[in-house]
Amino acid sequence: MRVNFTVNGRPQEADDVWEGESLLYVLRERLGLPGSKNACEQGECGSCTVRLDGVPVCACLVAAGQAEGREVVTVEGLAEYARQRACGTDACGTKSASLDEAGRRQAQGTDSQTGEGTELSPVQQAFIDAGAVQCGFCTPGLLVAADEMLERNPNPTDADIREALSGNLCRCTGYEKIMDAVRLAAARQSEGV
Amino acid sequence: MDFLRPASWEEALAAKAEHPTAVPIAGGTDVMVEINFDHRRPEYLLDLNRVGDLYEWEVGEESVRLGASVPYTRIMEDLRAELPGLALASHTVASPQIRNRGGVGGNLGTASPAGDAHPALLAAGAEVEVESAARGSRLIPIDDFYTGVKRNALQPDELIRAVHIKKADGPQQYSKVGTRNAMVIAVCAFGLALHPGTRTVRTGIGSAAPTPVRARAAEEFLNAALEEGGFWDNGKIITPSVAKQFAELCSAACNPIDDVRGTASYRRHAVGVMARRTLTWTWESYRGTRNTSEGAA
Ligand SMILES: Cc1cc2nc3c(=O)[nH]c(=O)nc-3n(C[C@H](O)[C@H](O)[C@H](O)COP(=O)(O)OP(=O)(O)OC[C@H]3O[C@@H](n4cnc5c(N)ncnc54)[C@H](O)[C@@H]3O)c2cc1C
Ligand code: FES
Ligand code: FES
Repeated sequence: MRVNFTVNGRPQEADDVWEGESLLYVLRERLGLPGSKNACEQGECGSCTVRLDGVPVCACLVAAGQAEGREVVTVEGLAEYARQRACGTDACGTKSASLDEAGRRQAQGTDSQTGEGTELSPVQQAFIDAGAVQCGFCTPGLLVAADEMLERNPNPTDADIREALSGNLCRCTGYEKIMDAVRLAAARQSEGV
Repeated sequence: MDFLRPASWEEALAAKAEHPTAVPIAGGTDVMVEINFDHRRPEYLLDLNRVGDLYEWEVGEESVRLGASVPYTRIMEDLRAELPGLALASHTVASPQIRNRGGVGGNLGTASPAGDAHPALLAAGAEVEVESAARGSRLIPIDDFYTGVKRNALQPDELIRAVHIKKADGPQQYSKVGTRNAMVIAVCAFGLALHPGTRTVRTGIGSAAPTPVRARAAEEFLNAALEEGGFWDNGKIITPSVAKQFAELCSAACNPIDDVRGTASYRRHAVGVMARRTLTWTWESYRGTRNTSEGAA
């Protein structure tokens, strides 16, 4: 079957999708977006976390056909998504200007799609600065989950962070650096840096 | 495989009537695991995501009519006051990502003895509203819904429309044993609801019998003991011997197995502990509200 949906702000069409296929498979194998990781395919690890109409979900547990007509944001689009969100509030001028700019970026090429060439989002930068990335396999899912939490809850307690990230497993870091990274992103966000 | 995408409840019922073997998929948090691991290859997947009615709820005088697909996240955040037991149980399900997708309709569809909604529904009192194109809708009392291990009372042409859950008229609790706070399938679980209106206590036990069950003998014992001692009126602390016997009767209501998550005897023991604790917590809370309302009067 054919599935039409929006990924990172751009309309996409996937053909010859098997009816039992997951959204994760379509993203990785049909649309060339391998940022969302496939580790368990059973919802346990969170490394496939994406936003479906804004809501964080495990892409491995969404049937591709369920994404029809909906909006998906993957880690590849996170920087652009965060940038537009900041524009939507106040950080970069008027709304029409930001829409113009979004249009230009899309016309330019594949940056909002693959994430290449775009500046990192605050939460991505914080993960690097805090040393929260080791093998990196868990990182995309954690970034999407952490970014969504900071959108909802700009001043999270440690308990809030742990709860928001409780569906994301990391086998390398022991989580402390991840906690540091999210605290750092929250602090920078509230300082408007 | 065919992927059916009804846009309305009527279309969904028609599709299920035409293809009774079709597997409904709501949040997909049970169905997709089975498909990903090749445990299930249904001929038809019946996607319910476009059926908006299933994502809505109505708070009535007596009960909440909870759409089958309302995700756990919404129950936790928006129905805490009306359905405290189910909200607590919802919060123990898996992770935020899973709770954003999964809901009570899927939990009832799977009817796993470990499903976290079940003890809360049994304790609160609920009816499952199911419907077929041919015979219209019917209400199945929650006590009759679970018919065996992962079996329920649905007919092949029926879908779950909603669950009617009694609004809390007193404190409710939910307790679950597992190795972590998140992402844990219950080793065993226990739900308890005080119903001061009818002066009854109801229970629900998870993961300690082939189906979710109530501890009926324990309920009857406790109801009688509370009545005899005038506890609902005098608001006294429940006598330790009463709490102890209640806990023992709850353990006795279990019919557990040994499996990778725990042994049968551990489950029996843990259910007793949870029964005593949840009784203590809810009763303390009942006494608290009683005292403040008397103080205010
Ligand atoms: C990692 C992970 C952890 C989990 N942890 C828990 C946990 O802690 N506690 C717990 O209780 N569960 C847990 N689950 C199981 C699952 O999330 C729940 O059972 C959830 O409630 C299923 O809801 P769903 O909407 O995703 O169901 P789906 O997967 O869409 O469907 C489940 C079943 O119900 C049927 N169904 C769905 N909707 C209807 C309807 N309207 N009418 C008729 N049939 C219907 C489907 O055909 C299917 O048989 C976990 C799952 C995963 C992947
Ligand atoms: S791959 Fe989806 S949760 Fe692990
Ligand atoms: S950095 Fe390796 S799994 Fe998290």
